[in-house]
Amino acid sequence: MPEKTPGPDTAGTPHLEFRDVVKSFGDNTVLNGLDFTVAKGERVTLIGPSGSGKTTILRLVMTLEELTGGYIHVGGVPLQYEEQGGKRVRIPDKRRRRTTTDIGMVFQHFNLFPNMSVLENIVEAPIHVMGLSRSEATAKAEGLLAKVGMEEKRDMKPSQLSGGQQQRVAIARALAMDPEILLLDEVTSALDPELVGEVLAVLKDIAAETDISMLIVTHEMQFARDVSDRVMMFDQGSVVEEGPPAQIFSEPAHQRTRDFLSAVL
Amino acid sequence: MSTSWWSWDHAAAVLPLLLDGFKVTLLATVLGTLIALVLGLIVAIVRRSAPRVVSAPVTGVVEFVRMTPLVVQLVFANLVLSPYIDSTLAIGIWVLGIHYTTYMAEVYRAGIDSVPTGQWEAATALSLPRARTWRAVVVPQAIRNTLPALGNYAISMFKETPFFVVIYIPEMVRNAQTYGGDTFRYTEAITLAGLIFLVASYPTSLLIRRLEKKLA
Amino acid sequence: MDGVIGFFADLAPNLQLLVDRSPQILDGVRTTVLATVVGALLALIIAFVFGLAQLAKVAVVRIVARVFVEFFRGTSLVVQLFWLAFVLPQLPYPLGFRLDPLLVGVIALGLNYGAYAAEVVRGSINSVPKGQYEAISALSLSPVRGMFRVVIPQAWALMIPSLSNLWIQLLKGSAIVSSVTLYDLFFQIEQVRDRTGTWFAYLFALVAYFVIAWVIVVIMNALEVRAKHSIGRGPALSQSWRTLFRAPGSKTAEGGLA
Repeated sequence: MPEKTPGPDTAGTPHLEFRDVVKSFGDNTVLNGLDFTVAKGERVTLIGPSGSGKTTILRLVMTLEELTGGYIHVGGVPLQYEEQGGKRVRIPDKRRRRTTTDIGMVFQHFNLFPNMSVLENIVEAPIHVMGLSRSEATAKAEGLLAKVGMEEKRDMKPSQLSGGQQQRVAIARALAMDPEILLLDEVTSALDPELVGEVLAVLKDIAAETDISMLIVTHEMQFARDVSDRVMMFDQGSVVEEGPPAQIFSEPAHQRTRDFLSAVL
Repeated sequence: MSTSWWSWDHAAAVLPLLLDGFKVTLLATVLGTLIALVLGLIVAIVRRSAPRVVSAPVTGVVEFVRMTPLVVQLVFANLVLSPYIDSTLAIGIWVLGIHYTTYMAEVYRAGIDSVPTGQWEAATALSLPRARTWRAVVVPQAIRNTLPALGNYAISMFKETPFFVVIYIPEMVRNAQTYGGDTFRYTEAITLAGLIFLVASYPTSLLIRRLEKKLA
Repeated sequence: MDGVIGFFADLAPNLQLLVDRSPQILDGVRTTVLATVVGALLALIIAFVFGLAQLAKVAVVRIVARVFVEFFRGTSLVVQLFWLAFVLPQLPYPLGFRLDPLLVGVIALGLNYGAYAAEVVRGSINSVPKGQYEAISALSLSPVRGMFRVVIPQAWALMIPSLSNLWIQLLKGSAIVSSVTLYDLFFQIEQVRDRTGTWFAYLFALVAYFVIAWVIVVIMNALEVRAKHSIGRGPALSQSWRTLFRAPGSKTAEGGLA
């Protein structure tokens, strides 16, 4: 087993900060005044019934959704909006992209590019966003493919791979950008049950070997227990309770959490 | 050579001719569409359920008609049929209708294919008779899927009626061309003909797009 | 002699006449092919420019593109052709000028079918799954890079069948350009009609167009197989040459991309 990295740095500037975040889709308010922080190197898992706004939180961090109200800061830097002279001002896309370069995301449906080989999928952004040379990017990609156990599939097209293999490639693709924050959005929900294990094993290794901050939405409670520093129970857009996994899973304080856990475990 | 961009006198003079021609255009569109709707359905059913000795030649003829120019078909049919049929317009409408039959048959076929196999299986599981399966299950769903495409082809037919100029049917564009030839002044006639087409076809295609969204 | 009987009775001398006239007829074929190919290239450029412009962020660009597309779809090919051939030369200085008939044909065909094809481009790009755009975003790829490297290659595979149909329609539409004095295939056939009889001349013309149409079908089928293979769906071109001869209407319905 690789050496365990030092725990989260809870003393410094929060790595990720939600401040009074509001998100509505039309008349439907999903998040209403949400505040929370993630420390550098911290792994936070969001649990709760579907429709409680967990995925929306990840999508807001990735700027896939537009914030309705409030602010999100990444390493102290405003992400979507900033305050200027008491006014809430939208940050232009170019500047948003600069901030999100440090954020990686793995999706439920992998979203690999079907027109590119496994290797091309991984080197695309390092070359064209980070400015790596092709040989540097390829060397790096090969290392990551080895880490996720996919080095032999480098020249295949995504459609030739199983769901679990595609997801492992997607993880390598996200890691190739050297993310400081990794967002995992129900990464095993679209997989056949027998393929879940290989993906979770890869993620556990990465959690153990790196100090990437992670924000995780998952229905795999054992995985949440294994990798999280903190678990947040969500219901209807707000945090019902939070704490270390041992506490949340063993002695939940709230009835809603108990109901939810007894339904999924 | 005239010096003005636009002459309202010419516009006023040609407008009644255009509207007269527009009636022919509309008539050709409506009758041609009816022909194509009916023949297209027949062709689709024949291609699907007739024995191969019948369906294969039908398929061949349909492909040939669809992949050759309406303009050539019009001139050809007019020369061959004019000794027997007095009305050039009737010939034109039939050729237009038959040309678009080949497209509409394809739309029907796709519509029938788009009904999921599960629907056929469910009907079988309920022991529905075959005729009832078609009438109550397949056709209603197939129609939903075909209506927008059929509508779009009707609009296409409308916009292709000016191909009738090659056999001198006095529809709108032919009338515009005649006016231009008589007066050596084309600007108003052709421009107005185009605008009338736009005014007539745009709202119709919006309507079909809305239908498409509603049925989707 | 004319009619169906005449068609067979005079077959040999008619074929001989065709051989004698082959320089003119080949010239007509060349003109038709030229108008069809250049017209299609123009249409393709217009399709991409105005299809993409309709997805632009700036509202003005979107609206201008939308108006352009609706205008050229809505005003009928023949009207556009006549406008370029008859009205344009009559416009006062500095706008009025006479275009070469081939250019008139190419521009009218390109504008009209390009407007239709713009809708195809827009639709195909819209049907590339949302997850692909999200992955582009998550990797911080620029929208332009994402569009050209990720979205368009996938949309291209989706749009080829429709573009193939449009190209055949453009070929068929090109027969109308003879009415603005372009000496295309149809024009040249009409010149021999008096001597060969109606049946022979027009059946020959129809078959000639049919053959050209099939060349288009085969080219587009090949492009489609290649494009699909490149996004990991379907076999390589070398393994599926038989599908090249599939009629455009007989395509199986395609589901969305994975």
